[in-house]
Amino acid sequence: MAYDYTPFPYVAPPGLTEPETRHPVVIVGAGPIGLAMAIDLAQQGVRSVVLDDNNVVSVGSRAICWAKRTLEVFDRLGVGDRMLAKGVTWKVGRLFHGDKPVYSFDLLPEEGHKYPAFINLQQYYVEQYLVERAQELPDLIDLRFLNKVTGHTDKGDHVVIDVETPDGTYQLEADYYVAAEGAASPTRKRMNLPFEGQTFEEHFLIVDVEMQQSPFETDSPERWFWFAPPFHHGQSALLHKQPDNIYRIDLQLGPDTDPKAEATEEKVIPRIKAIVGDTPFRLDWMSVYKFRCAKLDNFVHNRVLFVGDSAHVVSPFGARGGNGGIQDVDNLGWKLAAVLSGDAPAALLDSYSEERCHGSAENILNSSRATNFMTPKTPIEALFRNAVLDLAETHPFARKLINSGRLSQPCSLHGKTLQSGDHPLVGQSLIDAPVGNGWLVEQAQGAFTLLSIGDDAAPDVEGIRPLHIAAPSPELSRRYGAGHYLIRPDGHICACFGSADRDQITAALARAKGQSR
Amino acid sequence: MILQDNLGPNGDSIYNALMQAHAGLSEAESHALNARLVLMLINEVADPDRIAALLQEARSPASSV
Repeated sequence: MAYDYTPFPYVAPPGLTEPETRHPVVIVGAGPIGLAMAIDLAQQGVRSVVLDDNNVVSVGSRAICWAKRTLEVFDRLGVGDRMLAKGVTWKVGRLFHGDKPVYSFDLLPEEGHKYPAFINLQQYYVEQYLVERAQELPDLIDLRFLNKVTGHTDKGDHVVIDVETPDGTYQLEADYYVAAEGAASPTRKRMNLPFEGQTFEEHFLIVDVEMQQSPFETDSPERWFWFAPPFHHGQSALLHKQPDNIYRIDLQLGPDTDPKAEATEEKVIPRIKAIVGDTPFRLDWMSVYKFRCAKLDNFVHNRVLFVGDSAHVVSPFGARGGNGGIQDVDNLGWKLAAVLSGDAPAALLDSYSEERCHGSAENILNSSRATNFMTPKTPIEALFRNAVLDLAETHPFARKLINSGRLSQPCSLHGKTLQSGDHPLVGQSLIDAPVGNGWLVEQAQGAFTLLSIGDDAAPDVEGIRPLHIAAPSPELSRRYGAGHYLIRPDGHICACFGSADRDQITAALARAKGQSR
Repeated sequence: MILQDNLGPNGDSIYNALMQAHAGLSEAESHALNARLVLMLINEVADPDRIAALLQEARSPASSV
């Protein structure tokens, strides 16, 4: 059954008839990243206006792989359970060379986590659930569809925004302007910001088909990846299952392809039949694309903040686009709220750029390497690639070198400005574990939390929520061990203590809020 | 002979460095690079028994394309 793209209602904004009072935050773009940003801020009491030039969710499934860490952020935003219930859970990836299975990998081989390694869920569902969550917070989130931003001016202490609607134009003022408009970011272009990186010449065809019969020969859905697939004259192919019996097929087409000619039913249907044989199917969506890996040098430009694809783009192999954007939101949300409430200096926002530039550079590095492996550019690159695939059938070392995408993981913030000390867990993202009848991710996110494991409770420190677990689950003990862990609102561990010293904890908190260096 | 993974988290960056070493070379130049590299790695390994085992393993016919 095809998704029902019901348009969201357009309401004439108040700014058309009289000037609006200055808003704390205006978010441009109501995709997954802009919507998550608005919800994150709202949950901390920060009002925002979300402007989008469109009035429907993403057309086509687009971003479909949502990583465990993203689901944990969605949990904090109140939509994790819903995403998980609708999504297709998978954790096994299987690799083929020609028609021969080379090996398979299990992304989450251990129990004791609330969320799986990955779910597949069409971007339109993700956006729909986020819109519905935002609508539960009407006093804090003002969603304005068919409101197109045509210009903005940074006035130093606020931003003036020009908006076009079906009923005419108006202006808005905001303390902070968050650009979440996607890869083509008009804000970035207006500001003439360099967006340099590597462009890949290969074209890829992406097709969603609805089929009742699973093409997988296994009981549970998996990620299947072929090098030199037997059914397609090209370098690679990828198969994923989505909800509603929709299957995602990615086919590498090569550099000398006419994208317009390829994205037609007469060209695509024979390609699908070559994969699924006589199984009946319905073509749901298709697209031919090229991609590049690029990022801004700085995500913070005074009052203008860039998140998601506006700030960085990656190749799709590794699912690091949407997931990377959600980590931007996770990182920026509490910082922006703290700056707006006066709880932290404006300089705290610089740490957003520091930490997420680091994260997106890591994402670009991984996705570029995967793309290079998958698309050998010279005969010698192809020679080595094929040698790796040959050796991988018998030799484990070569399996590790096969790169069909290193799947999204949260980056470590170890050594970055806000973190204290060099305990190996410092900078890491929260590792989930069972706590009481629930999960650590349900109790240790959204506010500065001091997780104390073992007999010693921590002293009360203002601005820190204590979480003392005297009788930890075996998983919690194994993953952390006895001690005290200061966890930021975004779930990153920023300090670890063997014994709970009030002065040390207070100093680590001040540092994490950018109040001291 | 070590056929289990011995590169740990550095596998991707080392593979990438190998590709970079070949960047811009003609096929003949790449073959020459590979030959030099194999000879240098043989000198690193040094042990004749291990080298013999590696040569035999690499010689066993590749089963696919």
